[in-house]
Parts: sequence; structure tokens; C-alpha cells
Amino acid sequence: MTVAQPTSRRRLTSRRRGTLIAWLFLAPALVLFLYFKFIPMAQGLRMSFFEVRTYLGDRYVGVDNYATILSDRAFTSALWHTVALAAGTTAGSLVLGFVLALLVEGKARHLWIVRTAAFLPVVTTMAAVAEVWRIMYYPGDSGVVNTIAGWVGIAPQPYLASENSSLVSIMAMGVWRGAPYDMMIILAGLAGVDRSLYEAAAVDGATPWRRLRHITVPALRPVFGILFTLAAIRGLRVFTEVFTLTNGAPNGSSEVLMTLIYKLGLQRGELGVAAAGSIVLFAATLVLTVGVRLFRRRDAR
Amino acid sequence: MSDRFDSALGLEARRGPGAWAAKLLLYTTMVVVFAGPLVALLVGAFSRVIDPTGFSLIPNGFTLANFVEAGHKNVYLYLLNSFVVVGFGLLLQMLVSVFAAYSLARKKFRGMAVVLIIILATMMLPEEVIIVPLSVVLADLPPFHTNLIGSYAGMILPVGAWGFSILVMTEFMKDVPVELEEAARIDGAGELRTFFSIILPMCRPALGVIGVFGFTMIWDQYLLPLIVATEPGQYTLPIALRTLRSDEEVGIGVLLAAALLALLPSVLAFLAFQRQFMRGLTSGAIKG
Repeated sequence: MTVAQPTSRRRLTSRRRGTLIAWLFLAPALVLFLYFKFIPMAQGLRMSFFEVRTYLGDRYVGVDNYATILSDRAFTSALWHTVALAAGTTAGSLVLGFVLALLVEGKARHLWIVRTAAFLPVVTTMAAVAEVWRIMYYPGDSGVVNTIAGWVGIAPQPYLASENSSLVSIMAMGVWRGAPYDMMIILAGLAGVDRSLYEAAAVDGATPWRRLRHITVPALRPVFGILFTLAAIRGLRVFTEVFTLTNGAPNGSSEVLMTLIYKLGLQRGELGVAAAGSIVLFAATLVLTVGVRLFRRRDAR
Repeated sequence: MSDRFDSALGLEARRGPGAWAAKLLLYTTMVVVFAGPLVALLVGAFSRVIDPTGFSLIPNGFTLANFVEAGHKNVYLYLLNSFVVVGFGLLLQMLVSVFAAYSLARKKFRGMAVVLIIILATMMLPEEVIIVPLSVVLADLPPFHTNLIGSYAGMILPVGAWGFSILVMTEFMKDVPVELEEAARIDGAGELRTFFSIILPMCRPALGVIGVFGFTMIWDQYLLPLIVATEPGQYTLPIALRTLRSDEEVGIGVLLAAALLALLPSVLAFLAFQRQFMRGLTSGAIKG
């Protein structure tokens, strides 16, 4: 069949036109992604193997940048701080969010107001919130947190200014901001739990605690999984709160990967080393994402 | 079914003065802990506060002095910068999203799976990871050798395409009945005409969702303006807070006023679009 029928040819050209239109509508998104996501990513990968020298031309150094950064004490300690901060914030938000969700579950109208008020931290601008917390953490005994801690007999602490407590103080703000989000998602999950199971369990004489353990928690497992993954990935690339609260101080005790990479790349101009650090961070995020996916798939079987 | 089994713990059903008092205590604590710092910020911005001790929930008189003083410290210029970036950025982002979603939801074409993978890949490629090379690319955009550092375009263009809002929009557009589109076609409407007068009006609720999420996302941008702004005159309000704080002449009241202005727009956007926000939030989270 060499000569196409007029009708089928028309159909073919109209389909081709449809395809063209589809790509035209996609073009703005794809061009922006190319320029501001994929070219930078490729550039970052390339830079991580070069000593980047402005005006002098880049010099290929192989894996030297990676060797430099992985053997750097500051980098390894920043890595641990990042993991600790991510783990603490994620776990704290999940546990607190779950407890709060259980306590405010229900249909009553007044609860709606409580939920809205509690949700406010989530939608606020991080930089502004961090300023508020800096003020609350004011180290003297007149600081807000110190005053409140004083009511229960805790002596004044230099929260952000001490090497022992800087990371935990940032974590507390993260939990304050993350728990309401987790609470709302868990509430949405709780609404989907089959009520008749509760009733059946109660008929069998199960206590609320056993109901929670055998019905509610298993039903919420997928929700926990998603919240955990999202929070952990976000936790690895934490920047704004650390940058504005302590910027790694005192004495590097709260330095995280992103603040270190920012300093290396954009303040000290060691672009190649900073790029290598970013690639390591990216690899960690990827491993975590894929790992959790695989784990959950196996879990589902 | 009785109230007792309406929730995991059955707390709603408990009555009597003891349970009532416990609930009141719990709700008060929650509101104070989560909303308290923000209320204290609001109160502080309108009070005469000289040191962090004066930071409290109880107003210490009422004054607009902090906001007047903020004007001398260019706070309103920073606020304007923020509005310029979020205004143009959100407009661009919403346009780009609805265009892309239209293709993904309504057209069949080869390579669609690849496009979806590309979009998912961008969502796994957070801005923080590429910030160092991004600053290099922004300084010398290939192949034009354009420098976007120090320009509003450098803060606006990178937020123009956002995978999340494209995907939310796509999901929504799939549910718009095909018959409407076909009817318009038969009436002789062209592609753009169909898009703007049939599809887009049908997507108004979804526009609310991507609008409010896009707004908070762009308003909260920190690293991008930090690397793009080269002089204080270009700072957006969130990054200007740091400079304000380190300025010895700026009192804590002015800092609070500026912080309030920095977080108020996203809080107001949330309160105005609360239902859309919650819907987007849960659908986004449940779908992963």
C-alpha cells in the first residue's frame, strides 16, 4: 500500500499536528527545567572533577575534589550534624504529630479552630520564624524560653550559643514547625480508618490502647512511611533555619552540609570542592529515596 | 454507630467536668505553643520593645513607631522586591503549569512517559543540591552568555517551572469532560481558544491550589535570592532580615515589624485559601 487513502492521510497529519501542539505547550516547562535544573546538574557534575579557576580556565583534577571533601573533618562532622538534625526533627515531628492527631481527632467545630491555629507554623516563612526563635532563645535569664524553663526549675541555658545545645535548639524549632504538618496528614489518614473495626474490637473487649496498636497504627503505616520519607529527604538539605539561627556556630557545632557547601562555593569560591560536596549530598538523598521505596515495596508484599 | 468508635481513642465521647477541663487545657496548650510565638511577634511589632525581655503575648502599649522606623531601613523596598518576584514568578509558574498540564492531560503523543520522568526527576533534584552550579549557570547563561545575577529575572525564571504544580494541574485536568472540548472543536474553536475559554475556566479550583502553593513556595525562597541579589537594594524581605538583625542601629521592634511583614502574606494566603490548601496538601501527600 503505497498510496494512502485521503481520509487516513488527513488523520495522520492531524495526529502529527496534535503531537506538535503537545510539545509546544510543554516547551516553556521543559526549557525552564533544562536551564535551571538539568544544565546546572550537569555543570555541577563536571565541576566536581575540575579545579574551577575564573579567567584561568578549569583544570581537570580527577577525583581530588571528592578526596578533599571526604577527608575534610569539617565535612564529615557536618554530615553527622545533618543526619542527627534530620533524624531528630523527623522523629520528633512524627511522634508529636501522631499524639496530637489522636488527641484532636473528632468532628467538633471548636477543634477546627484549634487545628487551624496549630497549623500556622507550617505556612509561615522560615526566615521570619527563625528570627522569632532567635529572640525566644535569647541566652540571658530574661529570654523567653529561659523564663518559661525557669517556671519548671530549669536553670538558664545559652541555647544557640553553646556547642552542646545549638543543634538540639534548631531541632526543637524544626519539630515545632513540622509536627502540625504531620498532624494534619495523620488526621486525614485517621479519617480513613474503618470504624467498624473499632467497634468490633470493643465488642471483643479490647482496651483503647490495644485498639490503637492493632488497628490504628497498622492502618496508618503507609502515611507514616510517606511522612518519614518526605521529612528525611527535606532534612538532609536543611539550610535556611541553620543559616539564619546559627550559621554553623558556635565552633562548627551546628554546621550542616548545605551551610558548609554554601560557604565553600559561594563565599570561599572553591567551586569544584563545593560541587563535589553537592554531588555527595545528592547521592545520599537518592540512596535514601530509592532505599525507602524498595523497603516499602518489600513490606507491601 | 455510637460516638465511642468515631475516633481511635474515643476521646470525643468523654463527658463530665474532668474531661472538659482536660480538653480545654490541651487545646489551650496547643494554641499557645504553636500560635503563641506568632502572636507574640504580632504583639511585639506593634509595641515598644527595647530588648528580648519585652517579647511577650501581653501588649505593652500600641505604637506604629516600628513600622515608621522600618521605612527608614528600606523594609518597604525589600517588601516590594518580594512582591515583584512573587508576582511575576507566580504568574509565570501558573502559566507554565497549565500549559504543560494541558499537554499531559489532554493530548496523546510519543515521549509522554519521558516527559513525566523528567518532571519527577526535577522533583527529586532539589534546588539546594544544585545551588553552586546554578549560580555559575545564572552568571553565564548558555549559549547567550547572559548574566542573570543581580537581576529580578534571575530570581523569577528558576521558579517558573515547578513539577508539583504541573502534576497537580494534570491530575485535575484529566477530570474535565472531553465532551466540552469536542463541542468547542465542532463550533470551530481553535486550540488556544479551546484552552483559554473552555479548559482553563473549568480548572478554577485547581488554579486556587497551585496558586496558593506556588505563592508560599516562591515567597519562602531563600537560597535563590541570596545568590542572585548582589546589592542590598535587590534583597527580598526574607533575606533582608539577616542584614537588619546585624545592623546595630536597628532595634528589636523594627526587626519584629519586618519579620511580621515577611510572614504575613503567606499566612493570609493560607487563611484565605484554607480549603484548597488542605486538599492539595493531603492529595499531594497521599499520592507521594
